[in-house]
Amino acid sequence: MFEIRIHSRGGQGGVTAARLLALAAIYDGKHATAAPFYGAERRGAPIVSFVRIDDKPVRIYSQIRKPDMVVVLDASVMDVVDVLSGLKEGGKVLVNSRQKREFAGFKSASVDLTGIALKENLVVSGSPILNTPVIGALAKMGIVSVDSAKKAIKEMFTDERNVRVAETAYQELIA
Amino acid sequence: MKKIATGNKAVAEAVKQIVPDVVAAYPITPQTEIVEQIAEFVTGGELKSRYIPVESEHSAMAACIGASITGARTFTATSSHGLLYMHEMTNWAAGARLPVVMANVNRSIGPGWNIWAEHTDALQERDTGWLQVYVSTVQEAYDATIMAFRIAEHHDVLLPVMVNLDGFVLSHLMQPLDTIEVGDFIPPLSLPHAIDTNNPAGYGGLTGTDQHFLMRWDMERSIRDSVKVIEETEKEFARRFGREYGFTENYQCDDAEVIVVAMGTLGKEMEVAVDLLRKEGVKAGSLRIRWLRPFPNLSILKGKEVVIIDRDYSFGRGGVLATEIVAQTKEDVFSVIAGLGGQEVTYDDIADFVRKRQVGKEFWFGVKDNV
Amino acid sequence: MDTIAEIPKEEYVLKCSSACAGCSDSLALRYVLKAAGPDTVLVIPACCTSVIQGIYPNTAFNVPVYNIAFGAAAACASGMSNAFRAAGKKTNVIVYAGDGGTLDIGIQAMSGAFERGTDFLYICYDNEAYGNTGMQRSGATPLGAKTTTTPTGKTDFKKDIDGIIAAHNPPYMATAAAAYPQDLFKKVQKALSFRGPSFIHVLAPCPPGWRYSTEKTVEMGKLAVKSGIWVLYEREYGKLTMGAQSKVAMKKPIPLEDYLSPQGRFKGIDPKNVEILKQRIQKNFAKLSAEEAAS
Repeated sequence: MFEIRIHSRGGQGGVTAARLLALAAIYDGKHATAAPFYGAERRGAPIVSFVRIDDKPVRIYSQIRKPDMVVVLDASVMDVVDVLSGLKEGGKVLVNSRQKREFAGFKSASVDLTGIALKENLVVSGSPILNTPVIGALAKMGIVSVDSAKKAIKEMFTDERNVRVAETAYQELIA
Repeated sequence: MKKIATGNKAVAEAVKQIVPDVVAAYPITPQTEIVEQIAEFVTGGELKSRYIPVESEHSAMAACIGASITGARTFTATSSHGLLYMHEMTNWAAGARLPVVMANVNRSIGPGWNIWAEHTDALQERDTGWLQVYVSTVQEAYDATIMAFRIAEHHDVLLPVMVNLDGFVLSHLMQPLDTIEVGDFIPPLSLPHAIDTNNPAGYGGLTGTDQHFLMRWDMERSIRDSVKVIEETEKEFARRFGREYGFTENYQCDDAEVIVVAMGTLGKEMEVAVDLLRKEGVKAGSLRIRWLRPFPNLSILKGKEVVIIDRDYSFGRGGVLATEIVAQTKEDVFSVIAGLGGQEVTYDDIADFVRKRQVGKEFWFGVKDNV
Repeated sequence: MDTIAEIPKEEYVLKCSSACAGCSDSLALRYVLKAAGPDTVLVIPACCTSVIQGIYPNTAFNVPVYNIAFGAAAACASGMSNAFRAAGKKTNVIVYAGDGGTLDIGIQAMSGAFERGTDFLYICYDNEAYGNTGMQRSGATPLGAKTTTTPTGKTDFKKDIDGIIAAHNPPYMATAAAAYPQDLFKKVQKALSFRGPSFIHVLAPCPPGWRYSTEKTVEMGKLAVKSGIWVLYEREYGKLTMGAQSKVAMKKPIPLEDYLSPQGRFKGIDPKNVEILKQRIQKNFAKLSAEEAAS
């Protein structure tokens, strides 16, 4: 089982990112679940969502405590939350950032999701869309296949730009 | 078709497949998404049901009753305080022998306000004459909602059915979902006592003691007869759609020396605990109770050590499930109260309950030194 | 229809009912059902009418009657009406509820059903207390009236349910009295001709509850209108028309005491309360007249 914890702020699309990722994994023929942190979501407040991917049906419902991977959609969350908490040794970290971020003992990767979304003018209610480009970056990291990532995005969004930003993030990932 | 859906969406998808004549529902966290999704289906023309946006849960069930007695197929959904507010009417629906189907998203009861998973809401409806099923996956929420209509409407049953899914843990969890075309698996509803203005009758009026007693006995007989109907329905569902369900879901029980019992999502996560315990050399098994009414035959537990996890309580009497099971098996169990108000209970915790079991005792998880 | 002889002969309240002698609830219901005809379902919450219909397996009503819990009549009717309409049936759905089931415990469900535009007729027959359980006060009990829970007379006013209903802007609403069956008959027929919710508030004097002798039931209703404590009117899409009986009566209303004194429930009423009631009669009639003149 591969467990991913996604850090974001309420309204940034962390839950949708989890859903897209799980759907892409299902298209890969795997089993997957995606869960929001259960509670009242407040816009702007740090939140987490969870994705589990496995070859067998997922039977675990409790929160992920020891993730294999952490995704940070908003780097400012790192000022207030220990995003590496419980991350397995040698685990993966993906951060939305212009510069490459290094985390000792972990496999670090960065990508400028915000910049990619803004370049395509993919903005909803004043916020750049991060949940579709991040799926491209995750495909580059081998979490899901490129085809399934695109298929999942197309299933959930009609706007073509969502696929384009995923493709850009795939190319621009700094590992 | 392979989709990904939350538990709530799965229930709404099932309703879309069934096309009830009337849906009357009132929103409450964490059930809201069911109502929103159904309203969207109806508004968008994808679901040809009448949706009544009632002003309360009491009225939701009353409207279902009023619609159902005309012979219409009805559905509602609620949770927690909504269910309790409806309580008078849930009794009425059962007593009036109306096959209303309801999804209840299990949530704790205030005060203090708490919106997370607990089974105490539905268990307070235990004695109303409703059939109750508890599900553990998004797919099961979908399948159980569909089967609920066939079971409720069967002439040997004619009692309402409540499909229970854990608040947030399942209602908001996204899992794979395969949708189906029900076809004639759900035959047209024919309510034998439907209102007919050409043949006027009185319904639910003043009733003397003898007749009242006989009506209660009739309900009891129907809930007993529902066992056969549930078995037949689940078997036919498996034959047509390939997914099997039963009164319980047993995992590694055959050679087990200790069996852990629970309902809902905990009942699924405990399978992972069983795997863990087996690796440690503990011959463990798990039994997830799906149907609470009618209550299953649990003779499989005879002679084994039993650990029961109740996500509920009856003050002064302990876990409701434990009480029900002990009443049937006449054997002591280790009763664990856990997961109240959405308390996080992991497979590690469940394995620990089994490791540290003290048969004959009761333990409130998370409370110090209380065994 | 100008004479009582033109009212249909068909009876829907049969002779085996268990109504009290002099009951105006069953008198009103008789004309309601004559006006509605056989393609009608009655929805009845806990009230006198649930007793009047008789004991299972018998029913004294010759239309289907669905009994529902006290606070749920309008919601139940809402589901029923939707189901009938979904099935393409025009069956009349009529709630026939007492004042307790309307003004008090049933008001939320009723407000919701009116707000949702439910296609039904809601009739409140008002005997100004919980009659079925032996006359406890309700929101409809008038100032000064004795009930078993207001043994020295009620100290609060009667709730203005008509004002509350009017605020929902139903296509049709009216007041009526069991003592004027032709007027009631016409209003029921009219109400049923509208799509959407309609409301009729029927004054239903109650001999055991109001403590007057049974033969005076019709007279009591007429005294209520003649004194102006009960005003007959109808409101169609917001346009108010005063009933002829009230118009005539209010030119020279009879003293309120003529209405109060035959009733045991007002025995020993504080004269100050009588004055207050009189002032309110004037105020109410002036308000309704002004509304009629304006619309």
